[in-house]
Amino acid sequence: MKIAATAGGGLFLGFNWSNSNALPVVVDAKDIAAGLIKFNSYLSIGTDNSITIISPNPEIGQGIKTAFPMVVAEELDADWKLVKTVQGNLDTTIFERQVTGGSGAVPHSWERLRKAGATARYLLVEAAATTWKVPIAECSTENSKVIHKTSGKSLSYGQLADAASKLKAPTEITLKNEKNFKLIGQSIRNVDNKNIATGKPLFGLDFYREGMLFALIQRPKAFGLKLKSVNSDAAKAMPGIVDVVTFDNSVAVVGKSTWQVKKAKDLLKIEYEKIADLESSADHNRIFSQLMDGGEATVRRKDGDVEAAFKNAAKVIKAEYQCPFLPHSPLEPMNFFAHVREDGVELVGPTQTPDRARTEVAKITGIAPEKITVEITRQGGGFGRRLAADFVIEAAHVSKLMKAPVKVIWTREDDMAGGIYRPAVRYRFEAALDKSGTLIGYKLRGVGMNSGNSTREDNFPSGSVDNLLIDSVEHKSPITTGPWRAPITNFLAYAEQSFIDEVAEAAGKDPIEFRLELLEKAKKAPAGEVKYDIDRMIAVIKLAAEKSNWGKKKDVYQGFSVYFSHRSYVAQVGEVKMEKGKPVLKNVIAAVDCGIVINKSGSLQQVRGGVVDGIGHATYGNMTFKDGAPDQTNFNGFRLIRMSEIPEVDVHFVDNGISPTGLGEPALPPAGGAAANAFYKATKQRLRNQPFINEEAFKGIS
Amino acid sequence: MALFKLSINNRTLSADVESDTPLLWVLRDNLGLVGTKYGCGIAQCGACTVHLDGKAVRSCVVPVSAVGKSKVTTIEGLSEKGDHPVQKAWDEVDVAQCGYCQAGQIMTAAALLKEKPKPTDEEIVSTMSANICRCGTYHRIKEAVKVAASKTN
Repeated sequence: MKIAATAGGGLFLGFNWSNSNALPVVVDAKDIAAGLIKFNSYLSIGTDNSITIISPNPEIGQGIKTAFPMVVAEELDADWKLVKTVQGNLDTTIFERQVTGGSGAVPHSWERLRKAGATARYLLVEAAATTWKVPIAECSTENSKVIHKTSGKSLSYGQLADAASKLKAPTEITLKNEKNFKLIGQSIRNVDNKNIATGKPLFGLDFYREGMLFALIQRPKAFGLKLKSVNSDAAKAMPGIVDVVTFDNSVAVVGKSTWQVKKAKDLLKIEYEKIADLESSADHNRIFSQLMDGGEATVRRKDGDVEAAFKNAAKVIKAEYQCPFLPHSPLEPMNFFAHVREDGVELVGPTQTPDRARTEVAKITGIAPEKITVEITRQGGGFGRRLAADFVIEAAHVSKLMKAPVKVIWTREDDMAGGIYRPAVRYRFEAALDKSGTLIGYKLRGVGMNSGNSTREDNFPSGSVDNLLIDSVEHKSPITTGPWRAPITNFLAYAEQSFIDEVAEAAGKDPIEFRLELLEKAKKAPAGEVKYDIDRMIAVIKLAAEKSNWGKKKDVYQGFSVYFSHRSYVAQVGEVKMEKGKPVLKNVIAAVDCGIVINKSGSLQQVRGGVVDGIGHATYGNMTFKDGAPDQTNFNGFRLIRMSEIPEVDVHFVDNGISPTGLGEPALPPAGGAAANAFYKATKQRLRNQPFINEEAFKGIS
Repeated sequence: MALFKLSINNRTLSADVESDTPLLWVLRDNLGLVGTKYGCGIAQCGACTVHLDGKAVRSCVVPVSAVGKSKVTTIEGLSEKGDHPVQKAWDEVDVAQCGYCQAGQIMTAAALLKEKPKPTDEEIVSTMSANICRCGTYHRIKEAVKVAASKTN
């Protein structure tokens, strides 16, 4: 390990985020200047006291570009005002898990980031102690300064950078006591706020390069079709069009501006042939009911003797829940820039998985991954859609065929009709109660479409019911599907939490008391393995009950929901009031346990946004199909929630000092259930299908 | 193709484009003003909102030929130093998540406050409901419009 300073400017303390010790690594600043050493992950301290921290994970709105550097700066005791954060590009030699997905970045990197900051801080302290000839233990740090209290001396990090660079980094490092955090837990504003509010080119779609061509692509108009023939004469004759090229089942119109290309694309004459069933939504409903009873089920979890429990039950409750396909609808549609050259490839754009983008482009170009660069732009939302690399592959294909730098742009219609959706799913729940209203048997069957396992078999109430059977049936659909924010649980949580409400009512118990009884049972006499933390779940339930004044409000109909996903626990109470004879969801109270809250402002946003997203899609989100083609292709047909339709969202975080877990997804799953259960209280009508607006009980309401 | 001379952000800029080209794409592809965003192309989401003679319009459905002598203001020209009360409020309230829709939200809010410096809650909600935020930052958008209004004379 060595650290090199430059003549002109301070200390580069590179740290290896993938190294479990996260200690500073050798970075020769001269080599950096000459571009000889490739590194993307570093903390640099300039002699001018500036601190630069690179954040390697893609920023799609989850706030990672602010939160990650906060953790480093905390352990460094850096003055946040002097910190500049930079988005790292793809570099698998330095970074690990450079992915935005699964709400996993914070739990993965928490220790690594802390050690990186703490190690740098240690070296700066040692440099000051050596200068002052005092013991290290007498020095402290604050606001980018090392202080010796006894003598009143202090030196800034910028002044110490050179000296610190000559020291050997420690092999072991002590982290701060969490109680002494100053920056973590504060409300820190999004680091890109000013650039966003002034319209700076931050996003993939904003990337322009001299000589770049624009490409729009016509993909098969229905799932199950294959390209047969193309007549592009009329398109090619349009102004600004450079060429029309074909690859796989796609036809790319390439030209000099987006609008010219868009107009020309409309003139393509394409014939397709059928290669699979052209499914309509009516087919899906039929497939669901056939497979629910006659499908081949894969057992996911089995505890006790479920058949005996149902035979001996005093009461059996049974209900089915279904949801439609959903597009992700990030407001920035898919796009990517590619320049495929003889000696390498340059890729620039919005991707949640830069490494996958590179791997896929290496495959189709035959160019080695190390000769492919990926610059990650800020991204106008992702919601899981940018985990795929289809749009990057397209850009590489077109650039390779055109031998030119190309940006592929998806129109909104392309983005909505272009595939990779949250798949439709149908669940059947069955519960067996004994005479005292105790849940003695539980069955769940999920029928999914390209879901693999459409259940989460180890989630609550598993562990709390002695006799339980969870299985799933799969249908392979030609409609392409993929992860959508909180995959599976974005609907399963709603269905399960609504059903548990039904069971609690049948048992004659308060919905919260009923859940708490089950959790106490799971604690005292667990049925099989329990893979969630019972106490943390109980704590959020109690916090939500307390903050919502559960059951004690006049003229307010409350519905409860709680869910564990992505390592975090979220309980929600939905509150419906009757206004002019109609039920209106006025408020959602959320109790959240994601461990230590890194950025209070950003975390609050994630929870509110997750609730709005959950309620919005549960209420309005509906994608239907006719002969393999989506019926909705833009926001006039596919309805997204708007400001006038949102409830207030009141957020409370559990303060338990546990290492932080993800927050990009966990607030979404419980939202639909909290709303539907409150709606039931107000109207005595169950909402068993999404979107709610199509339910009979909801007609005339929204 | 025809040469259009446009008054944008108090400058005269020219673009040689077909007359049906939406103002949005002239701004982005021809003039390098990429702060104005493409979201839907059919005036549903509001990401492309700019001011035409001070009024909020959807630049994705305004053909360049219809602009004429009207003064166009984009997010880049809303203020010289990024310090319009709405821009400042957006930072203070920490509105953005992904940030993609926010230029359009800011332009919509700025036009509202120009017309009604002290809007009621209902006026804020009904005006801002024309713009989609897929991240769901609506609570803070509302709050930021109020903050901006409180600081506007």
